[in-house]
Amino acid sequence: MARIAGIDLPKNKRGEIGLTYIYGIGRSTAQQILDKAGISYDKKVNDWNDDELAALRGLIGEIKVEGALRSETQMNIKRLMDIGCYRGIRHRIGLPLRGQSTKNNARTRKGRKKTVANKKKATK
Amino acid sequence: MSRSLKKGPYIHYKLEQRVLAAQESGKKSTIKTWSRASMISPDFVGMTIAVHNGNKFIPVYVTENMIGHKLGEFSPTRIFRGHAGQKDKGKK
Repeated sequence: MARIAGIDLPKNKRGEIGLTYIYGIGRSTAQQILDKAGISYDKKVNDWNDDELAALRGLIGEIKVEGALRSETQMNIKRLMDIGCYRGIRHRIGLPLRGQSTKNNARTRKGRKKTVANKKKATK
Repeated sequence: MSRSLKKGPYIHYKLEQRVLAAQESGKKSTIKTWSRASMISPDFVGMTIAVHNGNKFIPVYVTENMIGHKLGEFSPTRIFRGHAGQKDKGKK
């Protein structure tokens, strides 16, 4: 069981993939880290020995991951909202920030569809 | 795509002159501008600038956090008043 940055890594995955379970580390960062530590990408997380683990911990300690990264992102969003700029306003009302169309779609920002009962057409 | 660094930030020339003049002679009244594309430079901090939104001028008090943003970002051009038939929602 390898525990890095407060996260249990999956035992049976290759190191390159296992590291990506840490928030803030994707495939390319994982590869860079493994390169620096001199560990093969294909070595399973289980097979890392204590020295390798310590090296990885050191390298990961240098970059922002998990809680620190999440709070940084939140702070950036909060800053936008506090200064009341366009992007901040869009964050506040939960709509896309970058000029996308919102007539249809934009469901990632707007969340699940909220169906509005349609008004009966007045016919004579 | 972001602007080339070679050119430096865009600030409407006359607006910049007026801001610098105002800063030198102490804080003065608000400056009206139509130049929404001008970037807020550190000289603007503490000024109130009235930015046109196509209809009227919206006063923007510039704080330190706003540096690097454009004036237009603080002067919304659209007002959403909620959908038809929607009650006591969509204020603001």
